[in-house]
Amino acid sequence: MTAKATTSATFEQDVLQADGPVLVDFWAEWCGPCRMVSPVLDQIQSEHPDKITILKLNVDENPDLAMKYQITSIPAMKVFQGGEVKTTIIGAKPKFALEQDLSAYIG
Amino acid sequence: MRQVIIIGSGPAGYTAAIYAARANLNPLVVASSVEAGGELMNTTEVENFPGFPEAIMGPDLMAKMQEQAERFGAEVLYDDVVSLDIDGPVKKITLGSGATHEADSLVFATGSAPRKIGIEGEARLSGRGVSYCATCDGFFFRERVIAVVGGGDSAMEEATFLTKFASKVYIIHRRDELRASKIMQERAFKNEKIEFVWNSAVVDVLGDEAVTGVVLEDTVDGSRRELPLDGVFVAIGNDPRTHLVHDKLQLTPEGTVWVDGRSSRTSVPGVFAAGDVIDPTYRQAVTAAGSGTVAALDVEHYLAALGEAGAPDPAGAEIDGLADAATLGR
Repeated sequence: MTAKATTSATFEQDVLQADGPVLVDFWAEWCGPCRMVSPVLDQIQSEHPDKITILKLNVDENPDLAMKYQITSIPAMKVFQGGEVKTTIIGAKPKFALEQDLSAYIG
Repeated sequence: MRQVIIIGSGPAGYTAAIYAARANLNPLVVASSVEAGGELMNTTEVENFPGFPEAIMGPDLMAKMQEQAERFGAEVLYDDVVSLDIDGPVKKITLGSGATHEADSLVFATGSAPRKIGIEGEARLSGRGVSYCATCDGFFFRERVIAVVGGGDSAMEEATFLTKFASKVYIIHRRDELRASKIMQERAFKNEKIEFVWNSAVVDVLGDEAVTGVVLEDTVDGSRRELPLDGVFVAIGNDPRTHLVHDKLQLTPEGTVWVDGRSSRTSVPGVFAAGDVIDPTYRQAVTAAGSGTVAALDVEHYLAALGEAGAPDPAGAEIDGLADAATLGR
């Protein structure tokens, strides 16, 4: 199971109303580091399908959400729980480093 | 066991891989998981790499180098080296996945990382308005006022690129002249959105959740003033990435890996270094590529000498698949 996409239209339901933790990956096509971290997030999702939901949000197509969450650097990964941002990770990192950052959810 | 492992996938790493692969050394390139391709992955047009008169995008150039290395048999692994054991004749690397690989020789081509100014507000607001990558983050500064810190080619390139988005771009520089090449300087001077702030050092970045400005110190008279800004792009140079080998390889006073004269030989036999990690001065894509060539040729020479000395004899050693069969057939 790879990470799915979310958009402004589905964000409320996909992310804010979700039961468990949801990691939203703010990314764009033109961002090299985003393209590198994307398969890493897919791997983490497939290894922990029950613990965390990972969703990708294209900032070009959904600028309103990028602005709402004050994104000024991508990739930016925010973990939402109960509709609130609990953890923010900025910048592409290797898998083991991301796993460390997300240990509260997937550990 | 392999003949050579190359750590790094910038111009130095891939050029070393092209040469090593063509010498039937079946190189393994550890490219990194999220930084594969190196610094050029975050640049736009590369206008000074010979052979591309119309310029080439940095990521496209790196894709071509990788393709060329793979065409001759280099194997590329998207993982990160977390530790090295290089003291003995067998060089061993451990990856982020936990896997280990061994080889008779190693090329260390880990490049360099953007230098930080080293002030408190900078770290706190990194990713919140402080950035080291204009191509990644410029998009978020549409119609905003931002600054680029630095006076070299990358500062000029970033500032010029950022004028596509920002309403105004200051270039803050410590001195009253630039070290950037003339063509890059002129491009910046001509750009109406760019304003130079000379003889000024950034001593603090202001803001709680996001950047609101910087504190500048005049490098001539020491006076301080605030400059309101929405973002700060730092382009003050790069530092060699040597954290994996700090206590293992001799370094120079500049912090680069020491190599013997014009060769790529480090202080440890069988370990070679190339590219930005050995170069405190030039740090160009094309000099890194040349340096990668030197490393591959030095590796070839080293392995040949190992073979003649009889231990370990690559042709007589354990055979791991087709790789060594290819060597035997040479």
